[in-house]
Parts: sequence; structure tokens; C-alpha cells
Amino acid sequence: MQRSTMLWTLVMVVAAAFLIGRTLQGEGGRGSAYVRVVPRAVDEDHPEGRWQGVERVDPAEYWRAQAADPAQTAVRWSPANTVGIWLAALFTLAVLSFLAGDNPVYKVAESILVGVSAAYWMVVGFWEVLVPNLLGKLMPGVIQAWALPGLEAEPDLSYLVPLTLGVLLLWRLAPRGAWIGRWPMAFIIGVFCGLRLVTYIHADFLSQIRNSIVPLVVMNERGFAFWDSVRNVLTVFGMLACLVYFFFSIEHRGAVGKCARAGIWVLMITFGAAFGYTVMGRIALLAIRLEFLFDDWLWLIDPNNRRVVDGATALLQSAGIL
Amino acid sequence: MKRTIPFLIASVAGFVLIIAYFVPFAEGWGESVSIWFDVLAAIAFILGGGNLLKNHLQKVSARKPGWAYSAITVAAFALTLFAGLAKLGATPNPQYPASSAWSGAYRETGTVFWWIYEYAFVPLTATIFALLAFYVASAAFRAFRARNTEAALLLGTAFIILLGRTFAGVYLTSWLPDSLYGLRIENLSVDIMRVFVTAGNRAIMIGIALGTAAVSLKILLGVDRSYLGSGDE
Amino acid sequence: MLSILRNLDRRLIFLMMLLAVAVPILLQSRFPEKPSGLAQAVFDEIEALQPGDRVLLAFDFDPASEGELGPMATSLTYHCAQKELRLYFMALWPVGPQMISNVIQDVIRRDFPHMVYGEDYVDLGFKSGGEGVIKVILTDLRQLYTTDARGTPLNRIPMLEDVTDIRQMDLIVSLSAGTPGTKEWVQYAVTPYPHDLRIVAGCTGIQAPLLYPYIPQQLPGLLGAIKGAAEYEELVMQAYAGEDPPARYAEARRRMGPQLVAHVLMILLIIAGNVVYFTEQKRGRR
Repeated sequence: MQRSTMLWTLVMVVAAAFLIGRTLQGEGGRGSAYVRVVPRAVDEDHPEGRWQGVERVDPAEYWRAQAADPAQTAVRWSPANTVGIWLAALFTLAVLSFLAGDNPVYKVAESILVGVSAAYWMVVGFWEVLVPNLLGKLMPGVIQAWALPGLEAEPDLSYLVPLTLGVLLLWRLAPRGAWIGRWPMAFIIGVFCGLRLVTYIHADFLSQIRNSIVPLVVMNERGFAFWDSVRNVLTVFGMLACLVYFFFSIEHRGAVGKCARAGIWVLMITFGAAFGYTVMGRIALLAIRLEFLFDDWLWLIDPNNRRVVDGATALLQSAGIL
Repeated sequence: MKRTIPFLIASVAGFVLIIAYFVPFAEGWGESVSIWFDVLAAIAFILGGGNLLKNHLQKVSARKPGWAYSAITVAAFALTLFAGLAKLGATPNPQYPASSAWSGAYRETGTVFWWIYEYAFVPLTATIFALLAFYVASAAFRAFRARNTEAALLLGTAFIILLGRTFAGVYLTSWLPDSLYGLRIENLSVDIMRVFVTAGNRAIMIGIALGTAAVSLKILLGVDRSYLGSGDE
Repeated sequence: MLSILRNLDRRLIFLMMLLAVAVPILLQSRFPEKPSGLAQAVFDEIEALQPGDRVLLAFDFDPASEGELGPMATSLTYHCAQKELRLYFMALWPVGPQMISNVIQDVIRRDFPHMVYGEDYVDLGFKSGGEGVIKVILTDLRQLYTTDARGTPLNRIPMLEDVTDIRQMDLIVSLSAGTPGTKEWVQYAVTPYPHDLRIVAGCTGIQAPLLYPYIPQQLPGLLGAIKGAAEYEELVMQAYAGEDPPARYAEARRRMGPQLVAHVLMILLIIAGNVVYFTEQKRGRR
């Protein structure tokens, strides 16, 4: 086991050395990112904008801009984004390293993800919901002056209810009196039950029965549609067979047993299809990560033509001028 | 007190929403309850973050095994939170140029929060999910056995779907004559989804719907109070 | 041979999977696409709309499912923009707003620079609460959305001036990777208001089979996984992009290359596993 771990570590190190070597050789610039400076708040007094923001652009745009005017600064290399691409590549490899076995590099990446995602949700919840929908309702004047200059609202004291419930919810973090957190939890559970009781009966029970009431003998403009009829018959009886299998109040023997067995078969086909679709999904996720490594980081492929430039620019580039 | 009040809160909130579904003039009540719920959901994000911080800080202070990883989690959490809440790198809202940077977008390109999202959150979360592609392959080799009819059906369906949802299916059975069009793998995969998957999932859906409605009613009527936990804590 | 298979190191399987996905990406292999009925249905629903009609695009997914849903988001936005529809973006997932920003940047600003924010498209951003949000905006949009994602009050946004609730939308397009997502949109929005609202959806492979019972009565069109994305992309590009469409609109079709090889690998692995199993069974019986 130790030997194989060593072997795999060696493979990883060689691969990493190759990747880094491949990156450093050649025309350079691999993994580089470029930005365009965008003027913001443009008006008559400030034709260049009161201040400037940035936008990520393709490398080809930078090369084109440089070919046209080497002194230009509107499109430029971005150290922050370049470091970002390298960091993203390292994070991707760090997570993939888990395939060789649990290791400290993976654990560091995982720890960072846990911290970043929890904070990400908090920040989004704060700026997109709590500021406009809670604080902005309770004290619109303050919020307008501070963070939402466009806010136009009158104070609405009914929002003291979610504020109180929210404070009680956060009380769960306190060392004492955590039981008070049951009140807002009960509210959340009550709302879920209220929303779901009617909706599930409507959309997933009654509507499904209605969706299943279909002609078993299908006729179309050309007469009897054999295959459509077979499909409908199989759908309706397949569903009924599954329901018989789910019905445990009667013993699954005789005709009921056979019907339940047919139900199991339908369910197995359902699960087989679900498995196929799950595999499909997972592979697509892997593909996008590898595309990132090969395209954004290593520049081995260029499927979106982000580094395709005209002949003259390419010439300047190969001469090392760009 | 500790169990009755929460039950009443759950029951009233739930029944208001149910009544709002059927009685037009109660629609506004349902709306208010839903809005409070939506706001509370955002506060739950803070609770989640706070809980994470609390647990990891406890681990760090007690020097429990793996505390260094907890320290990294806390550092990543604190950095992201600060970058996002302080809107580091944000510029004022261009529509209100006289306002301060607090009016700017916290997640626009160029902010520190955007940078953390783009170069840490995206690669980490996407690659962790991509790992499953490897494990599903390994599991398929080790555990996916046609031991009996049921397993064979599951396996056969998976084959048809895997082939039929790529060009491989078209390639393998394109020689079939038009009279057997329905037996081409790509068409078989469509029919499996339309017929059997619809039937199976519809039965499951009906079962879940009945179960959800029953559990909801039990909670709202106070028959099931297990969500309140045990007595006196 | 059998002993090799029996003792196959799982890391070798990992390596095979890595190569199965990586090699077609590096070779940039492409295969023809034949759209299925459900992709055609999504296309037809959008095609049936008139310029100026309102479309609500709910982006309920995150980077973890961007591999499947990203290409759908791109081609759906492209199609809607080509049809000159008015686009209302929103998200029930906290990371959804970033997905919205991506399509605004990559599709609208690059290829439809004439589209004006607030007149042709608007980003309503994220609201927490999942089905609670749907429930509210079905009857009153402004109670929950006081401003758009950029901090502009709704009554100063021309395309929202006369919109009071989302029942005024001509179509909902839901891109979903889980809960809340397409299921909730069908349950809470479309089922109670079948005459006011129609929906089409794109979802991940895991979710797709679970949504089939809603088809076609509650959900007329569905793009399932990357294959659904590729089929729809093919339809949209054939109809609108002309001879030489930009390469970024071939993302889903391009990704069907690694998909094919990896699927074949999966099948071979399952067959190999079964060969080992049945051979051992046979030996055991002897």
C-alpha cells in the first residue's frame, strides 16, 4: 500500500512538473488574464467617467489593441486575475488529488471551500435580502442614505415580526436559552407545512392522476395509432403496478403479487434511467473543469477562439513584440 | 410554554397559508407570512455561518485533532465575509454618482468578493462535484452486477440511456430499417423516459405527495411534535 | 486477464475516466446532434412568442452544475434575445446572480449590444425563501423586490412599470439544479395558474427523470442534462446563427465528445465487473 502511494505521488509530481514546465515554455503568457478599463458614471463633465471599473476580456482583444497601439492602456494585463487563474488551477488540482487518497492538500482546499461558501451565503443573504427587505423596510431613510440611494419606501413596522423571529433564531448560537430558537424554527416548519400541504396535493397528487387519464386507444388523423396506444397503456398500467407495490396493507400474493412484481420492474427501469442520467451529469461537470485547465490555464486548446488573432498581430506576437 | 407556544406558531402560520389558498381576502395574510419566511431564510444563512464559526473556533481553541484545518476554515470565512460585507473594491452605483462606495455592487467584476468567488469558490465547488464522475465509474465496476432480473433491468436501462443519449446510440443502430425505427437506441432511450420513467416517477410522486400532506397535517394539528425536540432543554 | 480485472486498482479506473474525458476535449471531437421532441418543444414554446413578450428566466443553479446548465443558459438567452423578447432574470439560489451576470456579459453585451438594460432586460437578483418567494411574486412582485439587483427602484425601470406580478409573464424559463428549482416553479406557479402561466425548463441529469411526470401537461418542454443542452443549441444555431456561429455557442455540442467516450467507458467497466462476477460464481459452483 505504501509503495503504491509512493508510486502515485511520484506520478503526481511528474505530472505537476510537466504541467508547470509546459506552462513556462513557449510563447509565454499562459494562464494570463486581461482586463479592459470601463468608464463609469459618464456625463458631460466627466467624458472619461467619474471613475473606472474593469471587465475581463479575451487575450486576443489585448493583442489586437497592442498591435494597433502599443502605448494603449485601455486593455491591459491583469496581475490579480492572472494570479486568480493560477490559484483556481491549483485549487482544481488540489481537489482532484483526493483521487490518489486523502491528503493534506485536499483537506486544505476543502477547509477553504467550507469557509468561503458559508461566508458567501451570508454576504448574499445580507446584501440581497436583509438590507432591502428587512432593514430597508424598517428604516428606509437610513438604508437609503447608506447603501441603497434608489430606495423609495415608507417604514413598515410589520417587519418587526421577522426581525424578532430572526433575533430569536440567532439566539441558538448563545450558550444559554437556546430553546427560544424553537419559536422561529416552529414558524419555518409551519410555513413549510402550510405551503406544501395544498401544493403537493394539487400538483403532485391530483394533477398526476389527471395527467394519467389518457386514451388507451389513440386515434389520429391516419386512424389507429398503435405505438402511441402501447405507450399510453404501458404508462398507465406501469404506474398502477408501482402503486400496487407501494401498497403494503395487503399481502403481495397471487394477482396482487404479480402486479407488484411488475411494479418493481418498472421502478428498476426508472432507477436505471436515473443512474444513466446521473452519470451523464457528473461527466459534464468533470468536462468543464478539464476545459478550464486546458483552455484558461494551459492554453492547450482554444475552443472559443479567445486567442485567435489576425495574421499581422500573430506575426508581432511570434516576434516577441507583444 | 416551551412546547405549546412553538406549536401554536407553527399551526397558525401553516393554516394562514392554507386558508389564503382558498379564501381570496386572506391572500394578503398568506403573502405577509411568506415574506416573513423569506426574510427568516436569509437570517438562517447567518445562523449557518455563525454555527460554523462557533464549531471551528471551539475546535481551534481546544486544539482538537485537525484544528489547523479548522483555523484555515475560519480564516477563509473571515476573509470572504469581510470582503463581501465591506464591499472591498466596489465603486459607487453609477446611477447615483454622488453616493458613497457603499451603494456599489458587492459582486461586480473587480471587487475582492468577486475575485474570491471566481477563483476560489467556483473551482473548489465545481471540482468537488466533478470528483463524483470518478467514483461513479469505480462503483459501477465494483457494485453494478446483474444478479437477478431486477438488477438486469436496471443495468440494461442504464446501458440504453448511456448509449442513446450520445452519438454512440445513433452509430450502433442506424443500420436498422425504418420499419424498426422505434428500436434504434436513441429512440428507445426517449421511449424509456416517456413511458417507464414517467410511470415509475409518477407513482413515487403520488406516494411522496400523500406522505407530505399527511406529515404536514400531523404537524399543524399537533399530532406530531417531534420537531420541537425533547421536553425541557 | 481475469486476475488483472479482479485486482484492478481503482486509481487505474480513475485514470481511465480522466483520459476518457480529457482526450476528446484535447482533440476537440464533435459529433452530429439530432434534436429530440422535448428540446423541440422548448424551442417551439419560445418561437411562438412575439417580440416584446415577457419571459421570466429563473436561474436556480450554481457553478457545481454549470457544466450542464451553463450552455443551456447561453443558448436560451441567445434565442430569447434573437426573438426580441423582454427578459426578466431572477434567482432563487444565492449563486444564481453570478450565473445571470455571466449570460448578460457573454451573450447580451457581446452579441446584442443594442439591448438596453431596464428596457429589454433586467436583473432582479436573488431572494431567499425558495417556494416562499414564488408564492409572493405570483400576487405581488413589489412586496419582495423593492429594487433590482443594481439598486434601481422597480418603478424607475421601464420594462417593470406595468408589471405587478409574475402572472403577467408570457413564459417562465427555469434552469434548475435542485431545490428550489423547476419542481417548485411547476408546483407553486404553473399548477395553480394553468391559464396564466406556461413554463419550459432545463435541468441537470439528476433532476431530469424526476420531472418527467409533469410532461407535457404541466411542463411542455424540458432540456435534460448536457444532451438536452446540445440538442437545443443545435436547434437555435440552425435557426438563427447562420453559416458561421461564434464558437462559444457550440459549448454543449462540443461537450458531447467527452460524454460519448466516458459513457462507453462506463459500459465497458460495468461489463468487465460482471464478467469477473459471473466467472467467479461459475468457479465457485464447480
